[in-house]
Amino acid sequence: MPEAIEAEPMRQAPSTFVEATDAPPSVPRRLSGSVHLLGWILPAVLLIVWQAFSAFGLISSAVLPSPGAVASAAWRLTRSGELLTNVEVSFLRAMAGLIVGGGIGLALGLANGLSDLSEKLTDTTLQMARNIPHLALIPLVILWFGIEEGAKLFLVALGVFFPIYLNTLHGIRNVDPQLIEMAKSYGMTTGNLFRRIILPGALPSILVGLRYALGIMWLTLIVAETIAAQSGIGYMAMQAREFMQVDVVVVSILIYALLGKLADSTARFLEKLCLQWHPAFQK
Amino acid sequence: MSETNADAPAKALPDFDGLFRTPRPVGLPVHAQGLGKSFGAKRVLRRLDFTIPAGQFVAIVGRSGCGKSTLLRLVAGLDRPDAGRLDFGPLPGKPPVRVMFQEPRLLPWARVLENVEIGLGDAPKGRAQKDEARRNAQAALASVGLADRAQDWPSILSGGQKQRVALARALLSKPRLLAFDEPLGALDALTRIEMQHLLEEVWQQEKFTALLVTHDVAEALTLADRILMIEDGMIALDLPIDLPRPRRRGSVDLAVLEERILNRLIRDETRLPEYTI
Repeated sequence: MPEAIEAEPMRQAPSTFVEATDAPPSVPRRLSGSVHLLGWILPAVLLIVWQAFSAFGLISSAVLPSPGAVASAAWRLTRSGELLTNVEVSFLRAMAGLIVGGGIGLALGLANGLSDLSEKLTDTTLQMARNIPHLALIPLVILWFGIEEGAKLFLVALGVFFPIYLNTLHGIRNVDPQLIEMAKSYGMTTGNLFRRIILPGALPSILVGLRYALGIMWLTLIVAETIAAQSGIGYMAMQAREFMQVDVVVVSILIYALLGKLADSTARFLEKLCLQWHPAFQK
Repeated sequence: MSETNADAPAKALPDFDGLFRTPRPVGLPVHAQGLGKSFGAKRVLRRLDFTIPAGQFVAIVGRSGCGKSTLLRLVAGLDRPDAGRLDFGPLPGKPPVRVMFQEPRLLPWARVLENVEIGLGDAPKGRAQKDEARRNAQAALASVGLADRAQDWPSILSGGQKQRVALARALLSKPRLLAFDEPLGALDALTRIEMQHLLEEVWQQEKFTALLVTHDVAEALTLADRILMIEDGMIALDLPIDLPRPRRRGSVDLAVLEERILNRLIRDETRLPEYTI
C-alpha cells in the first residue's frame, strides 16, 4: 500500500516533465528559422533605401548606380559569359592558393607540433617571416613572376599559410597530455595515437585556422587581381573603372561579398560536420 | 560471507577450475626492492620494499604529497624509478598493468563504445577482429551497467558514468594489475558508494591484483585486503584487513581500524610541526 501512495506523485511528475520537454524543441526550430531570416532584414532594408535614394536623384548614378542598374549590369555580364568566366578564374586561383599554402601550413604545423627538432629548425624563421605583411611583397612578386598566375598563387598561398600553420601548431600543442598518457598506457602505438588522439584533438584549432585563412585568401586575391591581372573579378572591376562603368565595379564588389559568405558557410559546415562531439555544436 | 573470506587467501593460487574452462588471466604479483624516486632535489620515495601477492587488493593511504601517487605511477610504468627495482614475476614483454585515473580521461570526440575500445590499444585489423572487439567492448560496457549509453557522446554523461566508462575501458584490456589513482575522488557520496561496490564486484570477478590510492581511509577499509600507509616516502604501516566481504559500512570493526589509522596519520602531524603538506 505505501508503494501506491508513493507511486502516485511519481506518475504525475513525468507527465508534466514530458510536457515541458515536448514544447522546447519546436520553439528553437521556429526561432532558428526566423533567426535565419532575421539576418537578411538589414540588407533588404539597405537595398530599398538605396533604390529610393537613387530614384529620387539623391545619389548621382556616377557615384553609385541604383540597385536596378547594378542588377541589369550583372544580368548583361552573365549573358555575355564574362561574369562566369571571371568568377571561375578567381575561384580557381583562390582554391589553388588555399590548397598549396594551406597544405604546406598544415604539413609544417603537424611536423613542428610533433617534432621538437623540426620546430627548433624552422620556427624562428617562420616567426620572422610571419611579421612581414605578405602584401608588402607585391613589388617583389611582380618582379619575380610578372603578372602571370604564379604571382597570384604565390601571394594567396603565402597569405593562407600562416593562419593554418599557427593554428595547427597550437592545436597539436594543446592536445590534452593526460589523454596521450592514457592512450600510451593502453599500449597505443604512434600511428594510432596520431590518428585517434592527436589529430581529432587538434582539429577544432585547425578549423579556426581554416576560417581565418579563407578570409585572408579573398583579401589577398582581390588586391592581387586589382593590381596586376588579365582576368578575374578584380581585373573586371579595374577594367570597368577605366571606362567609368560604376555599375560593373559594384557588381564585382558584391560578387566578392557573396564568395566570402560562401567560404564562411563552407567553413561552418565543416565545423559542424567534424565537431559533432563538441558541446558547442550539439543542438 | 565466510565463504568469500576463505577465498581471499587462496587468490594467489592458480584457479584450477577455471584452467580447463576459460583461460582467464590471473593477477600479477608485485615485488618492490629499494624503490626510490626523486623530483629534482626532493626525494619523494626512499627505499621502498614490499611484496604484493597476485590477486590482492591493496590500498595505499597517506597524506597529500606523501608519494602515494608517485608509487602508483612507478608501478603502472608511467614513470621510471631512480633507484631499486620492480618485479612482476616471469612475464613475456611489458607487464599488463592498467590505470584508472582520477579523471575519466575519455576522448570527447569518440562515442562511449569507441572510448571503451581504446582499452585494446591499437585498433584491431580485419573485419572479424573488429566485430569481436566491438562485441567485447559492448560486454564490458554492460558489465558496468551502461550498455544503453554506447552511442552517446561522453560530454552528456555524469561524473560517475564517465568513470564507469573508464572502468569498462580498463576491463576490456584484461588487466592483470589494475591501479586506481583516486578514481572516486571527484564523485558525490552516493555515487562513490555505488562505484565502490562496482569495483569490488569486478575485482572479485576478474581476479586482477588491485592497487588503490586514496585519501579516504574508510574507502580503503571497505575495499582492501591490506592497507599500506606511506609517510615521508617510506612505508609506515602495513596492515592486513581480515574482515569478511562485503563489508558493512559503519560496522564496529571498521570503525576501530579507521580510528587507529586516522590517529596514526594525525598524531604524526602534531608531532612534527615542521612537516608541511
